[in-house]
Amino acid sequence: MSVTNVELDTIIQQAKEKLDKHTVEIVQWHFNEETGCPFWLNKKAELDFDPLTDVHCYEDLRKFPLFEDDWLRGGPVERWRPKAYADRPTYVFETGGTTGIPKSRVVVDDFRIDYEVFSDTLPDEYFPRNSNWLMLGPSGPRRLRLAVEHLCQFRGGICFCIDLDPRWVVKLIKKGWMEHLEEYKKHCIDQAVTVLTSGHDIKCLFATPKLLDSLCLALEDRGTSLKEVGVTGIFSGGTEFTPQWTRYAVEELLGGPPEESGIYMTPTYGNTLMGLACSKPVSAADKYKIAYYAPQPRAVTEVVQFDNPNELVGFGETGRVKLTTLTKEFFIPGFLERDEGEREPPFETYPWDGVSGVRPFHELQSSTTVGVY
Amino acid sequence: MLNIPVIRWGKPYESLETEDVVHFRTGDPIARVSQANGGLVARDLRHAKRARNILREFTCQDLMDKVAKAADLFENETLPLGDGQQTADDFVYHQSATTGLPQHMCRRNMEKNCFVLRNMPEILDALTRGLDPEILSRGHGIEDRGVVVSYQAQTSMLGAVLPSNSPGVHTLWLPVVPLQMGLMLKPGSQEPWTCYRVASAFSQAGIPPEVIGLYPGGHDVGGAILTGAKRAMIFGGQKTIDQYAGNPGVQVHGPGFSKIIIGEDMVDRWEEFLDVMVESVFINGGRSCINASSIFAPRHTREIAEAIAAKIGPANVLPPEDPDSALAAFTVPGVGPAVLSMIEQDVKEEGVTDMTAGYGDRLVEMERCSYLRPVVLHCDSPERAVATKEYMFPFVSVVECPQEKMIDKIGYTLVGTAITEDDDWIDDLGQATNIDRLNIGPIPTNRLNWLQPHEGNLIDFLFRSRAYQSHRQMAATV
Repeated sequence: MSVTNVELDTIIQQAKEKLDKHTVEIVQWHFNEETGCPFWLNKKAELDFDPLTDVHCYEDLRKFPLFEDDWLRGGPVERWRPKAYADRPTYVFETGGTTGIPKSRVVVDDFRIDYEVFSDTLPDEYFPRNSNWLMLGPSGPRRLRLAVEHLCQFRGGICFCIDLDPRWVVKLIKKGWMEHLEEYKKHCIDQAVTVLTSGHDIKCLFATPKLLDSLCLALEDRGTSLKEVGVTGIFSGGTEFTPQWTRYAVEELLGGPPEESGIYMTPTYGNTLMGLACSKPVSAADKYKIAYYAPQPRAVTEVVQFDNPNELVGFGETGRVKLTTLTKEFFIPGFLERDEGEREPPFETYPWDGVSGVRPFHELQSSTTVGVY
Repeated sequence: MLNIPVIRWGKPYESLETEDVVHFRTGDPIARVSQANGGLVARDLRHAKRARNILREFTCQDLMDKVAKAADLFENETLPLGDGQQTADDFVYHQSATTGLPQHMCRRNMEKNCFVLRNMPEILDALTRGLDPEILSRGHGIEDRGVVVSYQAQTSMLGAVLPSNSPGVHTLWLPVVPLQMGLMLKPGSQEPWTCYRVASAFSQAGIPPEVIGLYPGGHDVGGAILTGAKRAMIFGGQKTIDQYAGNPGVQVHGPGFSKIIIGEDMVDRWEEFLDVMVESVFINGGRSCINASSIFAPRHTREIAEAIAAKIGPANVLPPEDPDSALAAFTVPGVGPAVLSMIEQDVKEEGVTDMTAGYGDRLVEMERCSYLRPVVLHCDSPERAVATKEYMFPFVSVVECPQEKMIDKIGYTLVGTAITEDDDWIDDLGQATNIDRLNIGPIPTNRLNWLQPHEGNLIDFLFRSRAYQSHRQMAATV
């Protein structure tokens, strides 16, 4: 049953208060000499305000300059490790990096926490507990491979993986080696088909849209289907996850909506810097509109004006996606994503702003290679 | 505004993603076109065989009769298009409004397509060098001279990634249906009109709609067609040509670098051929691969360049509906200024002279588009970088070059018109593999004889000649 407007206003206010409190706590942590990371402790001297005394709510984060992604490139990565976690086993995950120096993020437990939070959004009917998973996505220095494996383990299953190097894929495209690209894709899909048809009782899978498409075609070529091999839940993501692509996937790859096909697919939006934004349930009645909601208060997505990143656009209006990450391991205030979209209103499940129609930021579009694997 | 769906083997499919095709000057939307995605194409490619099976239920002659009827419908009738109707005049208006080509040029391209559709028996006779089309249909047969021949179809359908800026290229894929093969086309983003109207005319003429797929969309759609179709053609620039070089399944149509070369024996009579040169450079807005982009001559080159510049240099922008309109717009923002800037760079090289410099500014910028007025350059040597360049508007380099060096120096040439009566040189030109279509004598480069193959023989691309022995045939011939 849906809530009344008054009730919705109340839970929106509660969520805001929670975000404000969390913001203050995280800022205090990162700018405290005992717990903060060297990067922010050094940066403090450059700021014209004192984060320890001048940040009282989420809006106060606008006092920080916009976060520059170049700050994440190159070493030493230890500058990003909070002093409080100096003795903890630490991972480094990378994003980008086809050419030049990739952006790095050090992580202790965040990827596990993010995916445990995400796990709560998955319907057990289609992502059964204790079932095995296949991870059909990028591996290597990406966090996704370990994160999906953890998600699977957290839900009691065992995760099968393949190798996929997206940087090589981008190079193949840039060189125009389309034949090699096809062969590499086939190489990945062949491995996935082998895993799915080898009696491992895999019910859930992560796949990028392009690989999901290719996997379904490959299974059909072998006279079978996702349904026949036993897959019931698909977790997928990427900016090419458009309403039209989702409709195509539901109607032509999966065999219909979950109640007909028995297969549920959930789009997600995320990256190494943020975590994972979940989608409002997608339906034909809503023209497969995809609206993402960040896992507040650990991360916040806002849709801001193109020429003024401190001002939100109105609901339904188009703007650039601005990301803020607020965890004890990682603090990113006001990072302008390479994406744009429309601002979506809060609702009872996610009583904070969402973003729909996510696509590459129009001014960067020509230089961005998206949806390559 | 028309809503134009994706056509999946004859069935309309309304996509949730659409692109507006807009008027090049006003920005007013003319059609909203559904966008396919690569996966949709890959799935539909699996049913390509059905297209050939359906078409093989007709004889080639039946299909040729139907496409001839389709020519009349295409040229004259009101035909269904998306959720509306389109008259022949609408078609001309729509094509002109979204491509920037003057209306009379659109009408001429329309006539060219209709000529090919109407004359399909002659065109196939020429392409097959007289082969009975039923041999292609059956895959084998006995020629009039009593020899068993076999031509095996290498695909059930032809895929094509079509351009936005050259409505004349459609003649290349029109013979495919009479050859009993389906079509899977990605229309150019600004020119969906021709393939949708041809498909509509074919359907009205009795060709089953299930044999044609139309997939407007982004790069992934083109990629899926080129990867999945056993035979496909694409239109693009040098980068595209390089990308698919050596791929036997992809026929690339790119810049033509067409040329006129004048021999020692005729060059002193150059004034007699001025109209041929002007037509070759200027017609169709200079947009075609068959427009001449260079003229090579051993002497009098400066006078030739001056004379051409005097004829075409004053040409100015006129409204697209004006029958005297000779220039086509660059509809993509920034392209006109960018091209002009490249030419300005070319002119800085010593030995290159801009012969149209005295005829006013070349760039005409409008709010949403731009035009370039004709440019004629003179090059004192074939070594100048611009000597063999091609730009998509009336542009020509007139190059001084000794006759004995011309064949080497002209480089790749789609249409080469050689004005000469020197038999030895004509023989050399006949042997030159860098010239695709060779015209001997003062024939404008744009005047193609459609009974000659263009940029590779379609029959050789779609069929393979192979051995075929049957004891029944052997018994018959013993």
